[in-house]
Amino acid sequence: MATDDIYILGIYMTKFGKYPDKDTVDLASEAVIAALADAQVTMKDIGVMAAGCLMGQGGIGQMIQKQVGQTGIPVYNVSNACATGATALRTAIMAIKAGECDMGLAVGVEKLAGVGLLGGGGTPKSKNKEWTPQGRFGSVTNVDGLIGTAAMPGTFAQVGMEYGHKYGGATFELFAKISEKNHAHSTLNPLAAYTKRMSLDEIMNDIMISYPNTRPMCSANCDGAAAAVVVSGAKLKTLSLEQQRRAIKVSASILTSDPYQEACQVLPDVNTLTRIAAKQAYEQAGVSPSDLNLVELHDCFATAELVHYDNLMLCEEGGAVDFFNSGATWRDGSMPVNVSGGLESKGHPIAATGIANIWEVCHHLRGEAGPRQIEGAKVGLAHVIGLGSACGIHILEKSAL
Amino acid sequence: MTITQVPLVDYLVLGDSPHLIANECTKCGARYFDRRNACASCFATDFKKVTIVNEGIVRSFTIVTFAAPGVPVPFVAAIIDCGGTSVRGNLANVEATPEKVTLGMKVKLTTYSLGADDNGLEAIGFGYEPA
Ligand SMILES: [Zn+2]
Repeated sequence: MATDDIYILGIYMTKFGKYPDKDTVDLASEAVIAALADAQVTMKDIGVMAAGCLMGQGGIGQMIQKQVGQTGIPVYNVSNACATGATALRTAIMAIKAGECDMGLAVGVEKLAGVGLLGGGGTPKSKNKEWTPQGRFGSVTNVDGLIGTAAMPGTFAQVGMEYGHKYGGATFELFAKISEKNHAHSTLNPLAAYTKRMSLDEIMNDIMISYPNTRPMCSANCDGAAAAVVVSGAKLKTLSLEQQRRAIKVSASILTSDPYQEACQVLPDVNTLTRIAAKQAYEQAGVSPSDLNLVELHDCFATAELVHYDNLMLCEEGGAVDFFNSGATWRDGSMPVNVSGGLESKGHPIAATGIANIWEVCHHLRGEAGPRQIEGAKVGLAHVIGLGSACGIHILEKSAL
Repeated sequence: MTITQVPLVDYLVLGDSPHLIANECTKCGARYFDRRNACASCFATDFKKVTIVNEGIVRSFTIVTFAAPGVPVPFVAAIIDCGGTSVRGNLANVEATPEKVTLGMKVKLTTYSLGADDNGLEAIGFGYEPA
């Protein structure tokens, strides 16, 4: 192991689901304490902490410290939409790379069980009905529903439909089949919020939210937390053989935002920044897509998973439909995608997601994934995207020991 | 003359031939419907008003059947390619079903009333109908 490499030393995710009796600090503390135990270190070893809770009040990192250990280290509270967890992890990694410390902690937590539709809506601008132009568009009222949709299901539906317009073949049934795959995968994941296998008919005939996304094709709002301990290669060399054996190499850690594109002001462009991040990640890691044994990608909606096959270069450009239809992305295929069940069934407690997907990949690379183990997994990729936009990609590799 | 109508957004121009306008960067030609401090593409700060053509094709759409409180459903949200400028808008005068709305369909701008406010001022919205 090179001294300037970065490793995941310990990592943990809570079961995703409903926790009416626990608050975000409880869930995050559970994740932190367990990640530290998994790393076989304590808060005393940690030199930097980054924390995120997108829907929270701010200052979540300090609130967690008061429950797990106040040691005076710097805390970075981060907020980057659905990429918040990945951003927290990357913040801790950057501090280590900068030489400020040799061990860092990242944690993401969210409570979303029972929260309805995300995005869109808005409150009337005044009590009296008065058409007064306001804001950067000079709009006289809330335009969600009058000028397209601002809600997440419709936004990502259009992302998938646009792919269909460009390349063809992206039918309602195809998107539903992607969801069928992820729900089937979830049956092997005891930490998923929903573990029920659903037939194609059940998925297509469920409540339509925003065509072509029915309810099971949308990410599940739920509660959950995930935390990771990262360490420098130099420090890892001084730790036990057991710690070195279970450490997972972070071969690439990338974060991008969306560069200007013609249409990005009317429909968020989730493609360009993902493609750029993927290219940078493969270069940094020195691996190609064909080297990957599993991928956890951001299937916030079934329509999104399709376009990311292409953006992550898992298939030929424009070939995502044929790629999916070949069966490649099922857990027994050539490129298993979202063997955790994905956000559609595992759930999507927003700030936890960007660390939980890394936990899933690490679990397989360590050979600890039990019945859902992808046999012989050596390299994996975890991807998240938050609208606005931010894309985080991490490529992870099994320890050489 | 008293103003009796107001557009839903300030990039909708009313009158005899309603149309959309955009703020176009004088350096690189990038177009924005909202007020910009500088161009997101080339960082220049000079913009001019340009007219967007009323005809376009549907590049993407979704039929929204579940929305935030107060947003009537169903409606068809779409991205329209109007001569190379992407526009966000609802489809109008078409049944909100996947049988009737298709990718690539030709559409044109139309306007409709959102009703009058307490002062008698009428707001006018826009959408795209099959051409
Ligand atoms: Zn410009």
